[in-house]
Amino acid sequence: MAGELVFDEVTVRYGRPGRPTVTAVDRASFRVRPGEVVGLVGESGCGKSTLAKLACGLVPAAGGRATFDGTPITPYGLRKRPAQLLRLQMVFQNPYASLNPRRRVAAQLQDARAIHPATAPSVDDLLRSVGLDPALRTRYPHQFSGGQRQRIAIARAMATGPDLLIGDEPIASLDASLQAQVATLMRDVALASDTSLLFISHDLSVVRLIADRVVVMQAGRVVEEGPTEQVWSAPQEAYTQRLLAAIPLADGLGTIPDVAPA
Amino acid sequence: MSDADGLRISGLTLELRGQRILDGVDLVAPAGQVTGLAGESGSGKTLTGMTVLGLPPAGSVLGGSIEFRGTDLLTLSARQHNALRGEELAMVFQDPTASLHPMISIGGQLTDHVRHHLHLGRAQARARALEVLEQVRVPDPAQALRKYPHEFSGGQLQRIAIGIAIACRPSVLVADEPTTALDVTVQAGVMRLLRDLCDELGLTVLLITHDLAVMSALADTIVVMRHGRVVEHGPRYDVIRDPQHPYTRDLVEALPDHRPRPTGGRP
Repeated sequence: MAGELVFDEVTVRYGRPGRPTVTAVDRASFRVRPGEVVGLVGESGCGKSTLAKLACGLVPAAGGRATFDGTPITPYGLRKRPAQLLRLQMVFQNPYASLNPRRRVAAQLQDARAIHPATAPSVDDLLRSVGLDPALRTRYPHQFSGGQRQRIAIARAMATGPDLLIGDEPIASLDASLQAQVATLMRDVALASDTSLLFISHDLSVVRLIADRVVVMQAGRVVEEGPTEQVWSAPQEAYTQRLLAAIPLADGLGTIPDVAPA
Repeated sequence: MSDADGLRISGLTLELRGQRILDGVDLVAPAGQVTGLAGESGSGKTLTGMTVLGLPPAGSVLGGSIEFRGTDLLTLSARQHNALRGEELAMVFQDPTASLHPMISIGGQLTDHVRHHLHLGRAQARARALEVLEQVRVPDPAQALRKYPHEFSGGQLQRIAIGIAIACRPSVLVADEPTTALDVTVQAGVMRLLRDLCDELGLTVLLITHDLAVMSALADTIVVMRHGRVVEHGPRYDVIRDPQHPYTRDLVEALPDHRPRPTGGRP
């Protein structure tokens, strides 16, 4: 089984003209094993999205090594991407921006199917797998709601038959009542086709729902990682404890989480 | 604070291009309490808030009434509504990076409406701005007045946006998804701030959010909306612990903590 993503002491820096460079990711190491669902959590600016971008070659690493099934991940250039790296697909945060507004859904899924190394599932099957009616294939993205678009984005990523699926805050722009649903769908779809999943979110309560293992990042570093239930019920690091304590509980008691300012 | 400072919305309807978007909304938001409006996108909760502020979409046909201090807000002229908005009725939006003007200093944005509504001079308005920043716990207020929005984090910006909203000492604060764009730890701080302001100033807070966990932490009463109607209305504990309407039950069950972990993992 393939789909192993390894970050080994990876550092990413962003240069800003006229100002000091920012170290977004600071010697972060962790791996997503084949067939595993890993949740990557942390607050805004902790570097979790930068890691996702690094994994698909959208930003270069300033140090360390990132490999996918043994192939070093290189930044995008003018050449065609190595076929091996196409086995890694991404679902972005904003479903309104990640689909092409001028093309029908079926056409966009067809493009993705062309990358599949074997026989890709049909467009109808793809739509069905994410809980959409195949009859909707001729529609344009604007004719769908946010949740439906995110389902299409998932279907498109899955059409390529990926070994690893990365979701970068894929549920953040959805209604609360849809978040758990779409997250669970991503897990189910990935599991059904033996794809590993790296699920990035700031929402620990949703990550807990779907991840086998959780990696917690703070200020560019990995501060804690472990099996989901262990991190959830017995967090070791003060930072993780603080993150968990800040989650409001829907217990109807009117308790506002008490978190000391950082 | 007397009860007269609360809001009473009765049979509020809103029609836009022949489509009925609000279909008879009834709710009471008493002063000194947080009244939560829950529901998914398109349920009409934001439109209800905007209508309270006198900002329904252009071309809306309104019906029913919104009673505030003995007058029906829907009968006011645009000029009368303008006088109330910003002074008595204030609003906090979801995304402070969008609701604050990127090119006007915090000081400018905190004093402009104060000078207009309360007829204060430059120095008095500045003094009020400092006081407000203190109140919303922005560190180093004097320094903050000279800064611009891009120099602050999202949480600090939302505090400033709340400060702008309460600068004229309003009675009603409509907060539309005020914590949705924030990290959980920052969200906790902003929730605490809203609760304290509501208690200390006796504000009538209309909290609009789809997040029932935030609702449970902050709201005293919860109003659940769907398709432009109120489907459930009651004390926080009852609505969350013992929802009567099937839709509310669905919303509560959709919360991550209420669902069992999906099975079917690999060996």
